[in-house]
Amino acid sequence: MAPAATTPVVTLRPTGAVRRRQRVEQVVKAGLLGTASVSVLTTVLIVFSLLQPTVEFFREVSVGAFFGGTDWAPNFQPASFGVWPIVGGTLVVTGIAVLVAVPCGLGVAFYLSEYARPRVRRVLKPVLELLAGIPTVVFGFFALTFVNPKLVDRFWPIGDVSTFSALGAGLVMGVMIVPIMTSLSEDAMSAVPESLRQAGVALGATRREVSTKVVFPAALSGIVAATVLAVSRAIGETMIALLAAGNRPNLSANPGEDMQTMTAYIGSTALGDIATQTIQYKTIFAVGALLFAVTFVLNIASARVVRRFRQAYE
Amino acid sequence: MVIAVNDLMQLHRPASTPPTSHPVVMEAVGLSVSYGAFRAVRDVDLAIRRREITALIGPSGCGKSTVLRCFNRMNDLVESARVEGRLTYHGIDVYGPDADAGEVRRRIGMVFQKPNPFPKSIYENVAFGARVNGRRSKAELDELVERSLRGAALWDEVKHRLRASALSLSGGQQQRLCIARAIAIEPEVLLMDEPCSALDPVATAYIEDLMHDIKERYAIVVVTHNMQQAARVSDRTAFFTTEVADHGDRRTGVLVEFGRTADVFSKPADERTERYITGRFG
Amino acid sequence: MTAPVSLVGTVGIGRRIRDAAFRGLLYAAVGVALGTLLVLLVDTVNQGRPKIGMDLYRNFPSARPARAGIQSAIYGSLWVVGLTAVMSLPLGVGTAVYLEEYARRDRWYTRLIELNIQNLAAVPSIVYGILGLAFIARGPLGWGPTIRTASLTLTLVVLPTVIISSREALRAVPPSLRQGAVALGATTWQTVWRQVLPGAAPGISTGSILAVSRALGESAPLLLLGGLAFISFNPPAGPAALESPYTVLPIQVFQYATDARQEFHVIAAATIVVLLAMLLLLNGAAIAIRNRYQRKW
Repeated sequence: MAPAATTPVVTLRPTGAVRRRQRVEQVVKAGLLGTASVSVLTTVLIVFSLLQPTVEFFREVSVGAFFGGTDWAPNFQPASFGVWPIVGGTLVVTGIAVLVAVPCGLGVAFYLSEYARPRVRRVLKPVLELLAGIPTVVFGFFALTFVNPKLVDRFWPIGDVSTFSALGAGLVMGVMIVPIMTSLSEDAMSAVPESLRQAGVALGATRREVSTKVVFPAALSGIVAATVLAVSRAIGETMIALLAAGNRPNLSANPGEDMQTMTAYIGSTALGDIATQTIQYKTIFAVGALLFAVTFVLNIASARVVRRFRQAYE
Repeated sequence: MVIAVNDLMQLHRPASTPPTSHPVVMEAVGLSVSYGAFRAVRDVDLAIRRREITALIGPSGCGKSTVLRCFNRMNDLVESARVEGRLTYHGIDVYGPDADAGEVRRRIGMVFQKPNPFPKSIYENVAFGARVNGRRSKAELDELVERSLRGAALWDEVKHRLRASALSLSGGQQQRLCIARAIAIEPEVLLMDEPCSALDPVATAYIEDLMHDIKERYAIVVVTHNMQQAARVSDRTAFFTTEVADHGDRRTGVLVEFGRTADVFSKPADERTERYITGRFG
Repeated sequence: MTAPVSLVGTVGIGRRIRDAAFRGLLYAAVGVALGTLLVLLVDTVNQGRPKIGMDLYRNFPSARPARAGIQSAIYGSLWVVGLTAVMSLPLGVGTAVYLEEYARRDRWYTRLIELNIQNLAAVPSIVYGILGLAFIARGPLGWGPTIRTASLTLTLVVLPTVIISSREALRAVPPSLRQGAVALGATTWQTVWRQVLPGAAPGISTGSILAVSRALGESAPLLLLGGLAFISFNPPAGPAALESPYTVLPIQVFQYATDARQEFHVIAAATIVVLLAMLLLLNGAAIAIRNRYQRKW
């Protein structure tokens, strides 16, 4: 140590203690970056886990036979790998779910954002969260033991309804998605400036006209994004389809029939303990890759629309 | 900078105050507004006349905007708002059983503090009121849009891009679009709530000129915090201030003085008016 | 000379009918959502009523309805969800702190991480099951159908939600707090550790509990990870449990629901009641924390 000078030396250089803190800072920052990279790693692993077996799958089954075929029977002899029946099942169930979720979710969003008094809103929102928190297997059980026998079987006019139906699964899936649709649409609606509503009212518009002609167009991109996400959620939903839509690959337009979705195929095939190198095992990954690709495109599209809509108000 | 009250009066256009009074369109008698237990403004007596601009001035919190928002029942949107006293339009009680809020607003247009065009095209903004207030043919709508945009002195600037987004306009243009939108529903009264407070001086001058030009056709009520603006554009001025409310902790707005702008600014009857006007500028 | 003035609504009855019809539609939408919730709850409780009781807890899963219970599933769920919480919390909060407090917005990798999380949150959970099957149960890790396989997979499922809700909680801490600490010479980490995290703790806990409760109800990925079996024993106490085979409540619901025998539907419904009760407990705790510690900045 230097002997004490008469005037203390002023320095802004780091002292020993500060240098130690800076080292801690570096370590912590690296650690946190490490945790953040786990999520990136997850995506990488998803892609890798899907890719290799899928590539192997397409060595044995031609791309044309997969995407062009209308007979899905991977477990039969001779096996057939036309994916359309389970894509069709997915589309029918998703279509029904979206037909329920979009109008219903939008209606609830309009009600919460434009009509409900604050007190009603304070009660209704937690109840909707409750709906959002119910496990999908519970919805599946409800579709199987209530909606299918008590509603679809009784009221669906076309053909015979078995224990399973795409309609029952789709209806319940639609209600399951309502909270997602509602919360995203309501976010978009509440982002519409109050001054626009006032302008509408001052021009003599009623609450309905303000809702449909001012708020709706202004929130449209957010609502579109919500819809896309709802579609993606319906396509990826497994348990309801597996329990209530049935497990028979069935390319049909009659939603009263039982059908297998892509997710249900994966779920039901994986139940049995199948050997790793078999073609049946690889179909799980091929169908999973298709599922991942479709939902990935939808999610990116939805994020894009949301970003554009944010910019509109900045 | 010190501007004497007399200098202020020179800003005023004496020609715009006619010797005779125009007929009364709207009249408030003992008008009070409360939000829940809080009384925002009380006992307001005002008469709004055709072909005149009435300015509502006063310090912030004095209730001038609240009063303005009574005139077209915008306070209906506030859950806790309660209006007492009498407010009439051609003798009809605006809050009475014979008055429909939508109809009130169709006859009494409003322009807001900040320009608030809908995120739609220029054309659709102007046509909005006509569309919700009854269907019209395409030709009628076209004609209405042009007439309204001309009325708001915006036509020449936007006639080639009526389908462009209203948000592409400048702030001043947006506010004129909002005026066009308001006059497109062909109201008799036009309420303007600090219409220039979000604009630069050049755009403000445009709007003030416009107000002067269109007052022949409307009864205009303008809220402003800008004393010079009130002096420049208005024929009558109502001065509001606040006083300690019944309960003590919050302040209630009261109307202090209402008269011809020339009189209110040059020889105010109430010393509170005088203090406010001179305090601001002296 | 002038036409008589009136303020009576002139725009026709049609408009008023449309207004009422629109309002009616909105009520109907709310009714469908709430009605379904109500019917679902009432119907499930009704179906499960005969089986709700101590026998359900005392017995283990079985192919014979009279002796079927869910004890191993309750303990399996507790283990799986507990481990999921232990793993997802530090990872999720760490990522959130990195993105909110450290990351530079203008860097491409920051955008990449953000986009990636957004996307992961919307990946179907069964795809995580495929990942778990290929990398965790089999493949490189090869952990087999065990509790640690299930927990790690579910950690990845809920991680995006934990991150997103933790970020929201961190964002709610006002910048002035950070500036105050930094102005006193604190490093970023000192600021975060002493000021920001304590301030954000209630929000982080609430969000994390809700995210973890999703793991309690999740079953699709576990279908691929050997969760479906009649497990007639509880996981051993202690670390050995990690390598134990398992079953969980939602999987048990699935298993009983897919059995054609009506008696099993009763057990499935009763299991749902137990599952919903546990979820309600978790959600109740989350809401209690929110209400107790929530502060307005």
